[in-house]
Amino acid sequence: MALQSVPIQVRVGNDEQRARILRRFRIGDRTFNILTQASAIAVLVILAGVMISLVIGSLPAWRAFGFDFFTSQSWNPVTEKFGALPAIYGTIVTSFIAMLIGVPVSLGIAIFLTEICPEHLRRTIGIAIELLAGIPSIIYGIWGLFVFAPFFQAHLQPFLIDAFANVPVFNQLFAGPPYGIGLLTAGLILAIMVLPFITSITREVFETVPPVLKEAAYGIGCTRWEVMRRVVIPYTRVGIVGGVMLGLGRALGETMAVTFVIGNAHRIMPSIMAPGTTISASIANEFTEATGDLYTSSLVALGLILFFITFVVLAIARLMLMRIAQKAGV
Amino acid sequence: MAAAFANARYSRRRRGNLIATALSIGAALFGLTWLALILIVLVVKGVGGLSPSVFTEMTPPPGGAGGLLNPIVGSLILTVLAVLFGTPLGILAGTYMAEYGRYSKLTMVVRFINDILLSAPSIVVGLFVYEIMVARMGHFSAWAGAVSLAILVIPVVVRTTEDMLLLVPNTLREASAALGVPQWLVIRDVAYRAARAGITTGVLLAVARITGETAPLLFTALNNQFFSWNLNAPMASLPVVIFQFALSPYADWQQLAWTGALLITATVLGLSILARMLASKRVLT
Amino acid sequence: MRFMSYAAAVGLAAAFTISTAHAADISGAGATFPYPIYAKWADAYKKDTGNGLNYQSIGSGGGIKQIEASTVTFGATDKPLEQKELDANGLIQFPMIIGGIVPVVNIEGIKPGELVIDGPTLAKIFMGEITKWDDAAIKKLNEKVELPSVAIAVVHRSDGSGTTFNFTNYLAKVSPDWKSKVGSDAAVEWPTGIGAKGNEGVANNVSQTKGSIGYVEYAYAKQNKLTFADMMNQDGKRVPPEMKSFQAAAANADWKSVPGYGVILTEQPGAASWPITAASFILMHTIPQDAAASVLALKFFDWAYKNGAKMAEELDYIPMPANVVELSRGEWAKIKDSAGKPVFAMN
Repeated sequence: MALQSVPIQVRVGNDEQRARILRRFRIGDRTFNILTQASAIAVLVILAGVMISLVIGSLPAWRAFGFDFFTSQSWNPVTEKFGALPAIYGTIVTSFIAMLIGVPVSLGIAIFLTEICPEHLRRTIGIAIELLAGIPSIIYGIWGLFVFAPFFQAHLQPFLIDAFANVPVFNQLFAGPPYGIGLLTAGLILAIMVLPFITSITREVFETVPPVLKEAAYGIGCTRWEVMRRVVIPYTRVGIVGGVMLGLGRALGETMAVTFVIGNAHRIMPSIMAPGTTISASIANEFTEATGDLYTSSLVALGLILFFITFVVLAIARLMLMRIAQKAGV
Repeated sequence: MAAAFANARYSRRRRGNLIATALSIGAALFGLTWLALILIVLVVKGVGGLSPSVFTEMTPPPGGAGGLLNPIVGSLILTVLAVLFGTPLGILAGTYMAEYGRYSKLTMVVRFINDILLSAPSIVVGLFVYEIMVARMGHFSAWAGAVSLAILVIPVVVRTTEDMLLLVPNTLREASAALGVPQWLVIRDVAYRAARAGITTGVLLAVARITGETAPLLFTALNNQFFSWNLNAPMASLPVVIFQFALSPYADWQQLAWTGALLITATVLGLSILARMLASKRVLT
Repeated sequence: MRFMSYAAAVGLAAAFTISTAHAADISGAGATFPYPIYAKWADAYKKDTGNGLNYQSIGSGGGIKQIEASTVTFGATDKPLEQKELDANGLIQFPMIIGGIVPVVNIEGIKPGELVIDGPTLAKIFMGEITKWDDAAIKKLNEKVELPSVAIAVVHRSDGSGTTFNFTNYLAKVSPDWKSKVGSDAAVEWPTGIGAKGNEGVANNVSQTKGSIGYVEYAYAKQNKLTFADMMNQDGKRVPPEMKSFQAAAANADWKSVPGYGVILTEQPGAASWPITAASFILMHTIPQDAAASVLALKFFDWAYKNGAKMAEELDYIPMPANVVELSRGEWAKIKDSAGKPVFAMN
């Protein structure tokens, strides 16, 4: 790229003019420096602002319930007794189901894309998988409610209920009237949503493996799977966990897709096919109509809990990914 | 030679490899199938409602005919405002991180925090803006909606600006500094110009990110049945209207919801492809 | 140059805020119960006068919250507020429309009006004590109907709802068990079932989920061709949900008896009375932040009282009788501007 001419005219010789121009440079530099530094600090201020406003907004709830907020199952706007347990339970269960299904599939896709896929298809399929990340959450929601849930209710759920009807522990897990929507449905949709995130990070970390290591393994006669299992995955273990944590962070905070298919019941039931609620779905559904300060404050408290959980998960994810970036010498 | 490979252990290893390969291909097919299912359903259900009236008529009461004019315009307004608010701040912050403060502690902290904000739940951002704007002002407004979307735009723009500026070779900067150009002019006239395509890509990605964001708008901009330019009042937006219409039992509302969903997805995917094309053009030049 | 275009864009945005000169929109929020008729009235009113009604159908709980926070000009609720709360927030309350809440089901082979339920059975279903459609209690009431052995999927409201308030009020009256275990309010701790948002959400969920039962305002059942059930009323008679049965229940109302006109119409006596009838109310501030907006809203309500009866009857709502309209107008005189003058002049 050719150096473009800088639109400054520097005339040699006149001390006064030179001083004036240099002063302009200095002031410009100082201003711009302060401006950009302030903007960078603004990013921190935003995060701090979010945390502070959540803490302030949730104080009435903490004062009223204390630690019981975490252990109480009741959610009663009439008697004004609120407990976060059903929401936290739902958030954790749906994310767990999403990870259970999403992580192996993502690893499989990443292995496919880096090792098995023919070169000319790699880019297209890679882009196609990343398109899944681009589809907005609300689209997953309406698709889940109108397409997936009826199919699930009519075919898959009765099958699961019957299949596990006589198995001792599992028949509790897979019990209940087939609503079509519920914790399991939400978990499955979340699994599809986190696929592209985990896949893209796993692909990136797979590519940081020095080829010489893989070639050495192939050289002594390892099959492709053995190379993945014994060389690539152990080498990129930290990065994979980082990617998984990133996917988990997204699953925990996902709102719209879950709101459509979770069933909105503030109840903890043993069956994963039962309706439930998550923190984000509760807030989305109830915030605009929460009457009474304690109700609103309880919802903000839920938001604070969610923010805290996702902050911790995402921070761990970033730390792990930073470590692998260092290892790769980036 | 064949005899050496005929033992049981080798065939076991070969089988294991075959199964793993099959599972990997299966996983890829699994992912692609869902993508195809979602896109196909979206197109099939959404196209049925596509007609000029979608772009020219307001949202109807239940049981009436209408279009999506006010949510489309509302979304455009909110997106433009969010980009106007968020992009300068994001670019300036990214500039600090790549130029003035490249090795400073502040940059490390901001980068870390920024990446967390990037994936933070958007509903929490909505709560935050509700507390500081809607509750203070006493009413919902498009301004509040735009601010909440801007908070989602900033991390994306910061990240891409920093990455793109870091890619500009230092020799360019050094060359103009050698001519006596002050740092801010080096940034403005050399670094920005070199990273222009990349930064634009970042803005496009940020727009793609906020198109379709529903949760933060639920309690900031709320919704509006009618066409309105008033930024100080609730404003309709496509995602919120889809939310309302999809959960309703009215057939024409549900049809509009699907059409709106198709429009949003087409926009997001179009922007992503555009961003990708821009990025690859930069590499080729 | 870039900064110029940026500044221009910001200037344009500022101009938009200032230019509020457009056909006025009345802002309201609240109950989903009357939303079909409010929407119909709003459509006709806009054709008549050019003023629109921006009504957010978010549930009675939301309506109460928004009007108490003054983020809208009027709130709509089917759960009437008590005089205490009205006084504490400086609100007036007046009834606007009456309708009926009906149980709706999605059972294969059952047509609208074929099934009949009574109060205690309904309570047991919503408490989760009756779990299959071919339960003995349901069979007893429906000897001639073929009931499949399908699990009952209960659908209730997830948001703060006046419809829920009236429905649970009825269940508490007919089932002492319900009264002690669950109680009656706009939002309760439901023992079982899926939560849906708004009457719209319940209607949507019931039509999508096989074997489900929910409760909606009758217009929703009618407009969406849901399978409604008949009910046994206090007098032991089987009544279908229709304007006649709602009107029979509403005829018993003594509007002046309750301060704030918060009359509850569930389990009313009368051989033809529908057991779950309800009135829907409007809340407005006595000293509004925007007096002009309040005048516009009152003009709309006045228009609806005068011209909306036929549209209401088409959707099987009951318009308010003339004596109640007079009482409401009396309430409107309480809305005063900063100078203490009533804002709405009766003409």
